[in-house]
Amino acid sequence: MTAIPIGKRSKKAPASDKTKAERKLGLMLCAPAVVAMLLVTVYPILYAVALSVQKVDLRFPEESGFVGLANYKAVLTSDLWWQGVFNTSLIAVVSVSIELVLGMGLALVMHRAIFGRGVVRTAVLIPYGVVTVVAAFAWFFAFDPSSGFVNNLPFVPDDKAWFGGHNSSLSVIIMAEVWKTTPFMGLLLLAGLATIDEGLYEAARVDGATAWQRFWRITLPLLKPALLVALLFRTLDAFRVFDSIFVMTRGAQDTESVSILGYNQLISRLNLGLGSAVSVLIFVLVLLIAFVFVRILGTSNPASQGERS
Amino acid sequence: MNRAPRDYLKWTVGIIVVVFIAVLPLVWIFSLSLKTPATVSDKSFFPKEFTLDNYSTLFQGGFDSPLLRPLINSVSIALIATVIAVTLASFTAYAIARLDFPGKSAILAGALAIAMFPQISVVGPLFDMWRALHLYDTYPGLIIPYLTFSLPLAIYILVAFFREIPWELEQAAQVDGATPWQAFSKVILPLAAPGVFTAAILVFIFAWNDFIFAITLTSSDASRTVPAALAFFQGDSQFTAPTGNIAAAAVLVTIPIIIFVLIFQRRIVAGLTAGAVKG
Repeated sequence: MTAIPIGKRSKKAPASDKTKAERKLGLMLCAPAVVAMLLVTVYPILYAVALSVQKVDLRFPEESGFVGLANYKAVLTSDLWWQGVFNTSLIAVVSVSIELVLGMGLALVMHRAIFGRGVVRTAVLIPYGVVTVVAAFAWFFAFDPSSGFVNNLPFVPDDKAWFGGHNSSLSVIIMAEVWKTTPFMGLLLLAGLATIDEGLYEAARVDGATAWQRFWRITLPLLKPALLVALLFRTLDAFRVFDSIFVMTRGAQDTESVSILGYNQLISRLNLGLGSAVSVLIFVLVLLIAFVFVRILGTSNPASQGERS
Repeated sequence: MNRAPRDYLKWTVGIIVVVFIAVLPLVWIFSLSLKTPATVSDKSFFPKEFTLDNYSTLFQGGFDSPLLRPLINSVSIALIATVIAVTLASFTAYAIARLDFPGKSAILAGALAIAMFPQISVVGPLFDMWRALHLYDTYPGLIIPYLTFSLPLAIYILVAFFREIPWELEQAAQVDGATPWQAFSKVILPLAAPGVFTAAILVFIFAWNDFIFAITLTSSDASRTVPAALAFFQGDSQFTAPTGNIAAAAVLVTIPIIIFVLIFQRRIVAGLTAGAVKG
């Protein structure tokens, strides 16, 4: 996957002073970054686990105390949590699928560009650079019945209240996500395409393969590692969806994602115990998704396939 | 190779469609920002009456204005986080790319894990910790999470770039009597500048874009950044929605980043794809 192969220098000789100095320097140079990363991720997640087994409500500080797994029970038996998991999964699956198709199309045309490749690259980088909140406001105002131009378009009912319904709200949210992140997918796939040997296509053409066959038999299999890495990053990123929903609906019409749910518990209601249980459960879900992807990634590795056959 | 005119036509249409979709929301929010309060709800794509009032009211009242403080906060916080993150990442990437020591793969794997970490999972604990440490609603309170969450990206980009640097030059310097530290600062660092710059651009964009930490770890204009300020804009009165003002502020924060992206597009593409396709 994205791990960069580490160059192994053969050092059979016993550790000399120079090797020791090199080790010491290496660890010293890494220490600040490692400490910073541990301080803001590992320590807080352990702290979240500790908070999640207590009743900690900043509005009623005197009622604090150990409650065991009661917070988890409360979260896992609430419809709100499962609605959030469903919404988040739906947004992630639908937006990543659309992005995959659009991004693949974008990468293929940029790879085979006759002219104007720079123009397309510039254009696709614009959504990447735009702040997510700004993009969310732009789409929100476009669809909002009181200010938006969308309801003025032909074939769209003039009084359609896009943010008044569950499905229409989610559709606009997904559209904003797709607009913002398709460029990232397209660029990763384009980089993957660049690594494919052109000679393979020439050979296939000589053998009479159609463009469609060349895509399915050459491009897709060879692109698989880059494809899976792009999918992993985008799926986990989509699973964190927060900004667009916060701006467009704040979770109204049952459009809460798990991140919005966590925010509401932690910051709006100041219920750190219950909110931390939500945080820990989101963390576990992300771990599960990453684990599944890494397993698929591992089996798609040509080396491990060779071992099986 | 001979291309049929039809290919050119198809390709031209393709380019136009991609550019149209990419800029549509920006043209729309720009046009919205120029509409007068009377026409802001007219639902037309282009403004019928023009005004710049939406922009000027954003800065009325100097430091107490709706946008000036958040803008200063956004720029300062993103810049400081970028400098620190890129410095720390350079040390780490140099060590990983060039030195032999135990734990290298663990560091890279850990960085990858953090790149996928759900931010909401640490928001609650950080909120509580920052209040105890008096970091809540301060610059460092945002700088610390920004630099941490951008370190993995910076480390991966820099390791990929550092591996391309000719290794012999450093050895040559050491043969000439330079210490490992001198070899790093005098020989490798100048060669690494393009990679460092690429990492810096992407870290800056990350910090500039963040919303979730900005709304959870701040409570006032003392440290609130523009994305958070946008979400809390109030209208002139409780009966007027601040649509025009939000649109104007959105345009103002978008222009610099668009210029940035256009100038450095090659570096951004190189940085985004570094590491992801290797291995």
